[in-house]
Amino acid sequence: MTNTQQTLESPLAPKQTRLEELWELFRQNRLAILGLIIFLFFLITAIIGVILTSGQDPVFDPAMIRLQEKLLPPLTRPNIETLQPAEIPTLGIYLLGTDDLGRDVFSRMLQGAWVSLTVGFVAVGISVLVGIFMGGIAGYFGQGHLRYDQIIISCVLITGGILLALGTTYTGVGLLVAGHIYIFFSIFSKKILARRTLPKWFNLLHRGAISIDTIIMRAVDIMLCFPTFFLILTVVALLPASMYNIMIVIGLTSWMGTTRFVRAEFLSLREQDFVTAAKALGVGHFRIIFRHMMPNAIAPVLVSSTIGIAMAILTEAGLSFLGFGVPPPHATWGNILSDGKRFIFDAPWLTFIPGIAILIVVLCFNLFGEGLRDALNPKLREKG
Amino acid sequence: MFSFIGRSIVQKIITLFFVSVVSFLIIHLAPGEPSQVDPMNPKFTPEMVERFQKEFHLDKPLYVQYLYFYRDLFTGKIVSWKDSQSVLTKIWERFLNSLPLFIVGTILTWTLSFPVGIRSAIFRGGIYDRSATFVSYLLISIPGFFFAYILIILVVTTLHVPVIGMETFGLGASSWGTTLMDRIWHLLIPSVLGATGGIAVLSRYVRSQMLEVEGQDYVRTAKAKGLPPEQVHYKHALRNALLPFVTMFGLILPGLIGGSVIIESIFSWPGMGRMAYEAILARDYPVILTVNFVAAVLVLVGTFISDLLYLVVDPRIRL
Repeated sequence: MTNTQQTLESPLAPKQTRLEELWELFRQNRLAILGLIIFLFFLITAIIGVILTSGQDPVFDPAMIRLQEKLLPPLTRPNIETLQPAEIPTLGIYLLGTDDLGRDVFSRMLQGAWVSLTVGFVAVGISVLVGIFMGGIAGYFGQGHLRYDQIIISCVLITGGILLALGTTYTGVGLLVAGHIYIFFSIFSKKILARRTLPKWFNLLHRGAISIDTIIMRAVDIMLCFPTFFLILTVVALLPASMYNIMIVIGLTSWMGTTRFVRAEFLSLREQDFVTAAKALGVGHFRIIFRHMMPNAIAPVLVSSTIGIAMAILTEAGLSFLGFGVPPPHATWGNILSDGKRFIFDAPWLTFIPGIAILIVVLCFNLFGEGLRDALNPKLREKG
Repeated sequence: MFSFIGRSIVQKIITLFFVSVVSFLIIHLAPGEPSQVDPMNPKFTPEMVERFQKEFHLDKPLYVQYLYFYRDLFTGKIVSWKDSQSVLTKIWERFLNSLPLFIVGTILTWTLSFPVGIRSAIFRGGIYDRSATFVSYLLISIPGFFFAYILIILVVTTLHVPVIGMETFGLGASSWGTTLMDRIWHLLIPSVLGATGGIAVLSRYVRSQMLEVEGQDYVRTAKAKGLPPEQVHYKHALRNALLPFVTMFGLILPGLIGGSVIIESIFSWPGMGRMAYEAILARDYPVILTVNFVAAVLVLVGTFISDLLYLVVDPRIRL
């Protein structure tokens, strides 16, 4: 018994799990490994940085102003006589110099690392969530049609809500109530109207108007029409300045790529046998989508989100540079550079240190993402 | 064919309508009123604010404002809130300033990325390929503003030429040769900067496209029958690899407006991007909305052109 089982299973069972295989391929790409190492280093720096620079009495105070020590180059020792004991930098040396207010650039860089990290991850997290949601719906339920009455009713409800918000109470409430009555009516209409012949116009309302897939893909087209950086700039400038607004705005303007990937993957996965089998077994939609299809569709999303993090960090730095970023006195790499540009010939380190830091971090995400793409690409895998 | 064109135009007009609605809503639903830009200004009395609101229909409901705005836009009567000048003339002037930057940048991008990409595809895995790959990652990853400052330092300290602005101030009465050189020097760095990202991305794309074609059977056949390598690479492989790039000609159109905000503000270049940036700072809604609208039109026209080109170029597509 055990013998037959072994002979049956031994040629079938893969020697490595998929993850091990992936790692094996990934390891051959030296640049990608370099990217991964830098990324881990950056992650640790950012976490340590936020611990050491926040709180009432931080170890490295990024906001400590010492006007007599301004614009000192990196690795200068502080002039102990002129400083209060509390003002002496923790390391006893200005590791990366000081800026025009005598603030320690090293502490400010530590503080800024966290901003870059969170902006990158949260913005991409939002865009991936929206993208997977929209793409999943378009790919899986895309062939379903919205009916005319559904469209009309949702328009009525939205108009009602907007009117209510604007203060036109009676019309707003009226529209909302009418909408809800119709919803209840349509839920129970099968029982009520089962026996009667329906009028023609009623059937027309129940005709499918437009497929869900079309709606979502047109929404993607609409979003792609906006000049992205300009749109982000506009929204960030109009909204009150805060880190979270920037993350949300960057996230909400970059989900289109993910949606397209996920939709394309879902369209092809839906026709495959394992999905049909799962459906035949009576597995629910939710479980099919997230347990069966999503793991197969996630690879291109992973790659594009890694590169998306790089783009988000660059965008945030650009916004900070233009003065729309995280509000001061909080330091970000973009606004250290932006403040330093006035002293570009006197204090070039104020430009170069944050610039090179951004460059390295963005580069590591790009290299990591490309390595991942190569490792996940079955075509390249065969060629070795 | 004609039905495709008709359908696509109708579809694009519908998309444009939604874009106009969405951009209008984004701008107008954001907190803050344009009349509150400068509450401390003593000239901004309540009467002034009221007159201002009347003048620009700000006291009307939102959908009426929308109708007014797009009626003005299409009849060309739209005026800036800041200085009451016609927005379309303003945009046209700035557009003419941006145009040389765009043209030089595009030429640089397309002439440089093809040789680089093709060469790294032919010598795949070699030292040239690997260094080109690394350099293009570097160029993709470098923040544009940081790169701009590096270039400014380099050029100003080594070549001693002026770079900021469109021309040297007060150079009016010199010979045309000096003026020309001056303009070229001013043009060079911003357009190189605008081109770097494009070169990096496009050369990678050329490389992957070439690699894909080089793996095809007909290329192997051509090699096997003993054709010289140049003929195989440039006649058999390259011609087929070029197909997707023909369509990309349409997609460079949006670049006319797109990503030049940062570069133009560093170099004080009076172009479209800088105007848009100033309009955002001043909450000049008509200018912001018009720039947005023009950008959307450019994107749609660009995709339309690229669809058409694909139809013309690729005989496999029949509609």
